Amino acid sequence: MQNLMEACCRQCTHSPQTPCSDYISCRLEGPLCHDSALCKESRKDWIRAIQQPAEGKKRLLICAGTGCIASGSRPLKEHLETELTARGLRQDVDIILTGCHGFCEQGPILIVEPGKTFYCRVQTEDVDEIVEQHLLREERVDRLLYREPGSGEAVFAYPEIRFYALQKRIVLQNCGHINPEDIGEYVASQGYQGLRMALSMEQGAVIEELKRSGLRGRGGAGFLTGMKWEFTANAPGEKKYIVCNADEGDPGAFMDRSVLEGDPHAVIEGMLIAAHAIGADEGYIYVRAEYPLAIERLQIAISQAKKYGLLGTNILGTGFNFNLHIKAGAGAFVCGEETALLTSIEGNRGMPRVRPPFPAVKGLWDKPTNINNVETYANVPHILRRGADWYAQMGTGTSKGSKVFALTGKVNNTGLVEVPMGLSLREIIFDIGGGIRDHKPFKAVQIGGPSGGCLPESMLDLPVDYDSLTAAGAMVGSGGLVVMDEETCMVDIARFFLSFTQKESCGKCTPCREGTKRMLEILTRMTQGDGRRGDVEALEELAQVVKDSSLCGLGQTAPNPVLTTLRYFRHEYEAHIQEKRCPAGACSALLTYQIEADRCIGCTLCARVCPVNCISGKPKEVHLIDSTRCIKCGACKDKCKFNAVSRR
Amino acid sequence: MCNCSCTGEPALSEKDRRLVELLNKYRTVPGVLIPVLQEAQEIYGYLPAEVLQKVARELQIPLAKVYGVVTFYSQFHLKPRGRNIIRVCLGTACHVRGGDKIFAALQKELAVDDGETTTDLRFTLESVACIGACGLAPVIMINHDTHGRLTPEKLTGILAKYE
Repeated sequence: MQNLMEACCRQCTHSPQTPCSDYISCRLEGPLCHDSALCKESRKDWIRAIQQPAEGKKRLLICAGTGCIASGSRPLKEHLETELTARGLRQDVDIILTGCHGFCEQGPILIVEPGKTFYCRVQTEDVDEIVEQHLLREERVDRLLYREPGSGEAVFAYPEIRFYALQKRIVLQNCGHINPEDIGEYVASQGYQGLRMALSMEQGAVIEELKRSGLRGRGGAGFLTGMKWEFTANAPGEKKYIVCNADEGDPGAFMDRSVLEGDPHAVIEGMLIAAHAIGADEGYIYVRAEYPLAIERLQIAISQAKKYGLLGTNILGTGFNFNLHIKAGAGAFVCGEETALLTSIEGNRGMPRVRPPFPAVKGLWDKPTNINNVETYANVPHILRRGADWYAQMGTGTSKGSKVFALTGKVNNTGLVEVPMGLSLREIIFDIGGGIRDHKPFKAVQIGGPSGGCLPESMLDLPVDYDSLTAAGAMVGSGGLVVMDEETCMVDIARFFLSFTQKESCGKCTPCREGTKRMLEILTRMTQGDGRRGDVEALEELAQVVKDSSLCGLGQTAPNPVLTTLRYFRHEYEAHIQEKRCPAGACSALLTYQIEADRCIGCTLCARVCPVNCISGKPKEVHLIDSTRCIKCGACKDKCKFNAVSRR
Repeated sequence: MCNCSCTGEPALSEKDRRLVELLNKYRTVPGVLIPVLQEAQEIYGYLPAEVLQKVARELQIPLAKVYGVVTFYSQFHLKPRGRNIIRVCLGTACHVRGGDKIFAALQKELAVDDGETTTDLRFTLESVACIGACGLAPVIMINHDTHGRLTPEKLTGILAKYE
């Protein structure tokens, strides 16, 4: 036996050609077809080895998500290996690369087991100390422990960190804890049990279970997943497709990437269950080209699933066939829209189609197609394995289960958080997120990416679920949560998101193509101090027209950032137009820099750093900024040690 | 007549041979245009007009449609791109501190204009409005590295670090 998935002895006959229906249960509890203490023991050994380090052995888990790789987890692993080999300790310590832990801010992350000691921002220079002090002398390296923002208290073990303690990890359960490149680790963590359950059920019963769970699409619109499956299952036609939307393009959202990189088999299992329920035999995962690591991990996962007969023909001896292909996107945000995505898979410019007919009836190559996003599929195995009732007890009346959010911006703990639906924004931002950076006051939170909206402090106790957020003018969307403090200008944020959607508008329908352009012109004008009377009204009218008359979700939701900022921060728009003033001090064209005479000691630093030499003054005398030549780059303010440069 | 063993057909370059292989592999697969273009771009580094023509002919897709797809997706390039992308800041601060001289020096050194790529495909030169590092002006970015407080004399040494 080379790994958990292989045969224990010659009596096991499972192969893709001769599938055994008990294959998955056998790997966990087996062998089932024959009695052998030896085989049973060797199976148990494999599972034990995956779940915890062997007696006397230590295990180092190094995060190899995109974030941690960028902060240096690969050289860290090499360095650890060299150091352990040099000291003759290599065989006593397992080094495992894991998927994303979701705490990207603190990367590279290193967890030492047993004990789950959580070290953060570990660099190659720290390796010596970790080996010497922790691995040899069994003493923690306090310097590298995580400290809670606010109290500054060091936290020893992973589960005690508030960032994790308050989360409810279902979809992210395996991320960071198993090796995503080993199917055996997924199976040892109850993987493919959901598929086993589903295959033992009637197709209609699987759909009924999904409907009862209350799972709604995690990609944006929040349509009931079970209903969607039912539509596709009932659509006439022999050939049907299953598609996974992994074209995660919203700036500020990266949960799908983490799931694909950290737990790719969960997505494959979810798609298999959907295919069985709907009667499809072929599927596509459409991944954006900017996620090379996700594509690589998916390729590995698919080839392993094929090797052990979990993809292909006659899966687990049930007569169910399913083949899965990966399609890499080519760089177009609009392809995240389901009909545009299908058009793109067909090899065309990724432009959306008119709905109806919906993909469930007429989708990929005009065949009935079920399309869900990554996070939705990753929920499915859990629902099948643990039951719809278990799932439905989490969340609120109409929004069940948990949702992953990408918490970013001016918040202390940035990263991926998975919480039960219905938690308040305040709990997410202040309890899990650890509050606003540098103790500044909270101003707004942008939720749902370019399709979502900005909510003010008065909405902080709003429960985060589909319906409450939609009523407030925002949306769950893909789950980006960008926290903003007083230094963020709401007009500028609206302009930023609109410049994004404007650039990404595919140009097929006029309201989106022209409307977003005109709106962007008005917003740009405002941030440059050229706002005119009537601009706010024109923006409102345009926004409504674009929202009501655009062809697809991109255009229909593009005005949301403008509409919500107008609704909650109208005074900022008025200040820009009437007083030519940016209250947040962010729109550089509306700023003036001045030197406060009572604070300036004449150190000349500002004059030296000024790129346009517009600051005059002799040493030890008060300096002066020539505002007619000032380009408002802020270099003087950043450099001044006496806080003597003010920005208005 | 020469006495070599060639058959009169022009010899295919290694890249052209790989393209033929690619087209043979995918010819009958539906919806294959985008993956073919992606792999063709991997072979050539960009998508020259002749390649687009060949893809259109072999897959029996109108050239206009192939061109439409190429120009729709930001990942496809019709001109060769360098292995290293240089972004020269021409924002106000950099302009005043001699960003234009840096740009001119790079144009001369690399013998390319804005948006163009050197013939050895080592560098692509682009100008940008502002990269938000005004205190370090004049500034350029090469790939993900920022280089500030530049003078034209320093450039040769910096470029040498990028192969």
